[in-house]
Amino acid sequence: MSQLAVNLPGLNLKNPIMPASGCFGFGREYSEFYDLSKLGAIIMKAATGSERFGNRTPRVAETASGMLNAIGLQNPGVENIIKHEVPFLANYNTSVIANVAGSTLEEYEHVAAAFNDTEHVHALELNISCPNVKEGGIQFGTDPEMAARVTEAVKRASNLPVYVKLSPNVSDILSMAKAVEDAGADGLSMINTITGMQIHLPSGKPLLANKTGGLSGPAIKPVAIRMIYEVSQEVSIPIIGMGGITTAEDVLEFLLAGASAVAVGTANFQNPFVCVEIIDELPHVLSKYGYESITDVIGKGVSV
Amino acid sequence: MINKEQVTILSSKTIALDTFEMVLNNHYISQHAKPGQFLHIYVEGHTLRRPISIANVDPEQETITVLFKRMGAGTQKIATYQPGMVLDVLGPSGNGFYIDSNDSTVLLIGGGIGVPPLYFLGKTLAKQGRKIISVLGFQSKQHVFYEQEFKALGETIIVTNDGSFGEQGFVTDVMDSLGQYDCYYSCGPLPMLQAITAIVPNQKGYISLEERMGCGVGACFACVIPTADEAGYRKICKDGPVFSAKEVTL
Repeated sequence: MSQLAVNLPGLNLKNPIMPASGCFGFGREYSEFYDLSKLGAIIMKAATGSERFGNRTPRVAETASGMLNAIGLQNPGVENIIKHEVPFLANYNTSVIANVAGSTLEEYEHVAAAFNDTEHVHALELNISCPNVKEGGIQFGTDPEMAARVTEAVKRASNLPVYVKLSPNVSDILSMAKAVEDAGADGLSMINTITGMQIHLPSGKPLLANKTGGLSGPAIKPVAIRMIYEVSQEVSIPIIGMGGITTAEDVLEFLLAGASAVAVGTANFQNPFVCVEIIDELPHVLSKYGYESITDVIGKGVSV
Repeated sequence: MINKEQVTILSSKTIALDTFEMVLNNHYISQHAKPGQFLHIYVEGHTLRRPISIANVDPEQETITVLFKRMGAGTQKIATYQPGMVLDVLGPSGNGFYIDSNDSTVLLIGGGIGVPPLYFLGKTLAKQGRKIISVLGFQSKQHVFYEQEFKALGETIIVTNDGSFGEQGFVTDVMDSLGQYDCYYSCGPLPMLQAITAIVPNQKGYISLEERMGCGVGACFACVIPTADEAGYRKICKDGPVFSAKEVTL
């Protein structure tokens, strides 16, 4: 196995770097900047049962070392994604992960099952943690019992490995992680954004039309590292880590905390080439800190 | 195609209250930019780039002129940038103004910091021998810029909200007094665009929109606008920022 490769359920990654869901669309725009085959994997924008138009604008607001977003799961619906977007990504030599969202248990099952019909999706990321939609998403992600139920349902409906994306907006991340592991999750992805708000001084009102939004970017990296560090010691399924990754050093930090691969989100907006620059830089950072390979690093920062 | 380019600041100066003109040097963008497109500028210490429309291009000198207003933390920082500095920009971004070869007279309607992209458009249209009429609205005398530049293109009416320069009122107050035109192009505050499209609903026209953007390349769905038929949406950064006035719901 090469120095950067990692094998996870359903995913034989040539490197541990993938763009995060919602920050990369379905890859088309960034394919104009570089060859998507360079990526370890691509996590597609969330799919719901039918088309969603999302929230009113403004949908983004910059914050110190980060940003708030409240897009609202805008997407063309799962059938359309399978028909028009998955075939595009199938042109590239990279793993494809579908992000599955819904308002009801049935919608999650429907969306997950729909991806059974395509051979070009290699795993599902179960989105039970979107803070920006009125119903669905977050309530499945803050109650361990609900999280377990939706995980079981999606595992039954799908023939693909399921990575459950955890919300940091909980007081006990460990019980959430354990609940979905017990329910059959093949892996975790963490963390989603942290709910926040910004007041616009000239108007005296919340800047985002949705009022609240999800905080992402370097500001949330220490929260992600802490949660991955805690969870990785208590679960035996792999973790895809995310939250403010901008550099190859950040990746090393996530791996040390216990992640087996990572997703890069907000940083793509600042630098469209960030994922490939991180991939190119990783071997140097590994050798700088005395590691031979990615698998050599995973969990090394955790004291047992 | 959008490139990630390094541009060198050749000059930066104040041209009106809180309004700056920056001349940049870059080969690729100066050869490819069309009127209505923008640059997505990286600002050190900021997560998100700032979209700034292109106000002029000189392909021979390989320069790009941008005008911006000092509003928030990002534009405050850009206003401090000095000649010689190198900026990281994505561009040219978005789709430019659609130009119909049959139009002989065009009306440009700009409001405040919405005026700059219309200058690049007006210059391009004037070069093609079309008649240009410009109506430019500003808050007050100290906000007025590019009056002489637009006058060099054709008849130009300046209006200010407080009447301290030119005519008093809004751009829509003088639209009745203009002669015939084949097409209008407008950029400015949303209420102004709403008023214009309501006054001349059947007139062929194009509007350039502004919105808070994330990626600026069409991937993040931050800057969307519903289509007029309410059956879909457009991405302002990628499908726009210019739209037919009948295409979107303001």
